[in-house]
Amino acid sequence: MERRAYYRNRLLPWLLIAPQLILIFVFFYWPASQALYWAFTLEQAWGGGNVWVGFDNFRQVFGDARYWNTVMRSGLYALAATGISMTLALVLALFVDRSLRGTKIFQDVYIWPYAIAAPAAGVAFRFIFSPEAGLVGTLNGMWPGIWNPATNGAHALLMVIVCHAWLGIGYNFIFFLAALQMIPRSMFEAGAMDGAGPARRMIDLQLPLIAPTTFFLLIMNIISSFTDSFGLIDVMTEGGPVGSTEVMVYKIYFDGFRGLDYSGAAAQSIVLMLLVMALTFVQFKWIERRIHYA
Amino acid sequence: MAAITLKSVKKNYGKTPVIHGVNVEIEAGEFIVILGPSGCGKSTLLRMIAGLEEVTAGEIHIGDRLVNQVEPRDRGCAMVFQNYALYPHMTVAQNIGYSLKVAGVPRAQRDERVRAVAKSVGLEDYLDRRPGQLSGGQRQRVAMARAMVREPKVFLFDEPFSNLDAKLRVAMRAEVRRLHRDLGVTSVFVTHDQTEAMTLADRLIIMNAGRVEQIGKPSEVYNRPASRFVADFIGSPAMNLIEGMFDEQGHFVYGRGGRLAAEPLNGQRRPGRKLVLGVRPEAVRRTNEQKPGAIPALVEYIEELGAARLIHADASGTRIVAVETENVDIPSGAPVHLEFNDDALHVFSAEDGRRIDAHA
Amino acid sequence: MIERSPLFNAISYAMMVIGFLIVVTPFWVVLVAASQSLSEIARVPMSLWPSAHLWENIEAAWNRADLGPKLLNSLIVALGVTFGKITIAALSAFSIVFFNYRARMVCFWMIFVTLMLPLEVRIVPTYSIAANALSPFQTLLDTLGLTGLISALTGVEVSLNWNLLNSYTGLILPLVATATGTFLYRQFFMTVPDELVEASKMDGSGPMRFFFDVLIPLSRTNMLALATIMFVSSWNQYLWPLLVTTDRENYGTVVMQLKALIPAQNGTPDWNVTMAGALIIMLPPLVIVALAQRWFVRGLISRDK
Repeated sequence: MERRAYYRNRLLPWLLIAPQLILIFVFFYWPASQALYWAFTLEQAWGGGNVWVGFDNFRQVFGDARYWNTVMRSGLYALAATGISMTLALVLALFVDRSLRGTKIFQDVYIWPYAIAAPAAGVAFRFIFSPEAGLVGTLNGMWPGIWNPATNGAHALLMVIVCHAWLGIGYNFIFFLAALQMIPRSMFEAGAMDGAGPARRMIDLQLPLIAPTTFFLLIMNIISSFTDSFGLIDVMTEGGPVGSTEVMVYKIYFDGFRGLDYSGAAAQSIVLMLLVMALTFVQFKWIERRIHYA
Repeated sequence: MAAITLKSVKKNYGKTPVIHGVNVEIEAGEFIVILGPSGCGKSTLLRMIAGLEEVTAGEIHIGDRLVNQVEPRDRGCAMVFQNYALYPHMTVAQNIGYSLKVAGVPRAQRDERVRAVAKSVGLEDYLDRRPGQLSGGQRQRVAMARAMVREPKVFLFDEPFSNLDAKLRVAMRAEVRRLHRDLGVTSVFVTHDQTEAMTLADRLIIMNAGRVEQIGKPSEVYNRPASRFVADFIGSPAMNLIEGMFDEQGHFVYGRGGRLAAEPLNGQRRPGRKLVLGVRPEAVRRTNEQKPGAIPALVEYIEELGAARLIHADASGTRIVAVETENVDIPSGAPVHLEFNDDALHVFSAEDGRRIDAHA
Repeated sequence: MIERSPLFNAISYAMMVIGFLIVVTPFWVVLVAASQSLSEIARVPMSLWPSAHLWENIEAAWNRADLGPKLLNSLIVALGVTFGKITIAALSAFSIVFFNYRARMVCFWMIFVTLMLPLEVRIVPTYSIAANALSPFQTLLDTLGLTGLISALTGVEVSLNWNLLNSYTGLILPLVATATGTFLYRQFFMTVPDELVEASKMDGSGPMRFFFDVLIPLSRTNMLALATIMFVSSWNQYLWPLLVTTDRENYGTVVMQLKALIPAQNGTPDWNVTMAGALIIMLPPLVIVALAQRWFVRGLISRDK
């Protein structure tokens, strides 16, 4: 819909938008371009500025088996956390959408995880999963040594993934419920007239009809697992034990700020940036198509 | 009170022209209605007077001032919008008084004027409500009060009643008429409803496809439509328009060979000449026997209106509607004869649709 | 619709209760642990019932992590970011929606594309910007040769420097640009009818008057929704404060203190104090979300449409 009523003024619109443009220039576009610059250059040991090295930094990053491990781990992390979180949220949303008596309380509580800072949840889950403490650690009392995320990489990764999935429940739930509630009531009644029971209607009507939201959430969750995982891992495992919970974003931080390898970190940043861009782009394409068919 | 003059006013959207050079002189204190089908450019014209739309070419004068480059607020116009355009977060009083507040009128004075205007449109009990709590008619009044409070030189109305139900519309019409009589402010009112137009206007401007078809008093427009478009557009039921051509004998031949020897056509009889004959249903009489000048037709159906009924008849392939005041029962398919009142015949050119005056 | 399916209803309730437990258990554990004494919490298995030591644990956490000043810092940062984001978003959206200039769609896309550049993927270079926020301009001047020109003309050596490290400005400013907020405001502004703009023009108000008298009051609900989301997300920021504050003492936020609360590898496992600290830190955004649920849910969802 095209607007017809505009204000006419040469300077004012620019003054209004200037603060935002300056901020995104300084804090988004400039750093992004700097990352590009660093990714293709190398700081000389004796100072005197950077020298152009072409794709050397990338070659080095991609040639590193440890980097590929990080990538694979990030992929696993993304799929597992997204899968668990979305499945749980979807199931809860489907049942809440039935609007049975008393559902409102459940609905309110399901949103809570959204409010929690990832590191705060990280601390809580670290305690819950602590091998010494009296929760999951109780298992060690029955079978000594069965659970120890401090030394067992698989345990540590599982712990982080579970926490990440829990954190995402609130956000995913809100979107799923909203999508479900937008399905017209009459479609339900038609389904009921056709003889489909409530469970049947969930599978045959609701799930297909919220497919666009599912897709949107899928992408958002994957991106979030690439980026938001930092706080969680830093508090829970610091990437350990021996790098077994190191995901891409954590490695960038570690190489950049601990290892002071700016060029390597920049090259990795560019890779992650491209990944996020690709995912966002796929999302836009999908939304575009959805509008065409709707 | 101010006169409004439009000189060759044109408007393009991008490259597409939507107003093709309009010339109108509106006298001070006059109530002008711009009437036309949707998309004819009537609202655009109004909005150009208001200053909400840029003028592509030509001049608009309000009073003796050229206003093409003048901001809306400085033109001395007030406008009533189609969807009222009330500020939803302000009370009725705040809505009405907003323009005074912007103009920096002191609070006490503002309140007094708002109160007075609200009283004149019967809103004094609703001043603290918000638009969402009002009925359609009340919102309409707020919109009018908002326009009145500025004591403008010109009132502009953009289809203000189109969201009201039929009964309310009649009441609001009377109200607008009364306000105009009391205030005497030059008013320009845009509508697509011809009844509204006829009852409100001192003069009508009929527009079609970005052009002015006719300017005149309602009675003039009704009785002497300047074009085939106006003839067709004004009047309900619509005027019968019979397309035909003169044959070698000088008879007017229409439809599948029907013939008509109507006197007002006398000046036009040239073989091969095409014309459009117009006659209002009120001027068509049903007779039972063959008379000279009457044409035979077959009744298709009768449309019952209560006080009268419309006979829809087929005369040699041309549909003709006649008003029948007698309460008679005529079966479909019955043959009748239809007689035209010669004084009420209108003749239009078949090429450009302009009116042709018989004795001119 | 009349429909009786008691079995399915029972299943529904069962599932919802399971979901409830999954969501609430971590909260419950934090609360319970925060209320227990060191000996109670060291018990295996630990009791899942609250004990009486909540206040002393909170006090211990408060002192250990210096929560008083840190909560104040968090509040300043969260409010600053929220206020900044809302202001910036409203102004940009106003510019984009209500003014007809050629570059407005370009501007909008420039802002929108920043969604693809989350902080986490540009941390290394953004950090260097924080050390001197004016360095982009300096570099531009240098590259364009203007620095030399200016110094030749005026004798002044242009050297722009604005260090953001260890300052509230540094904590707040880089988080203020907002694609989401601008997008939400744009969506809302586009639903404002043209006639309202025209009516206010006829009433004699200019663009800024229209902005303050009409648009801002009208967008109040949206603003609250946005404020909730922004407050929660800025309160919960972790990575950026971590980078930009080396002076934790004075500029640290509470979320950064979480790590300091975790028992050391071979120290006393006083998780009860840790959990008391976590409880305080997670409470403000949780309360806000619980209170503002109605608005914020709407705000969050309208993003996608």
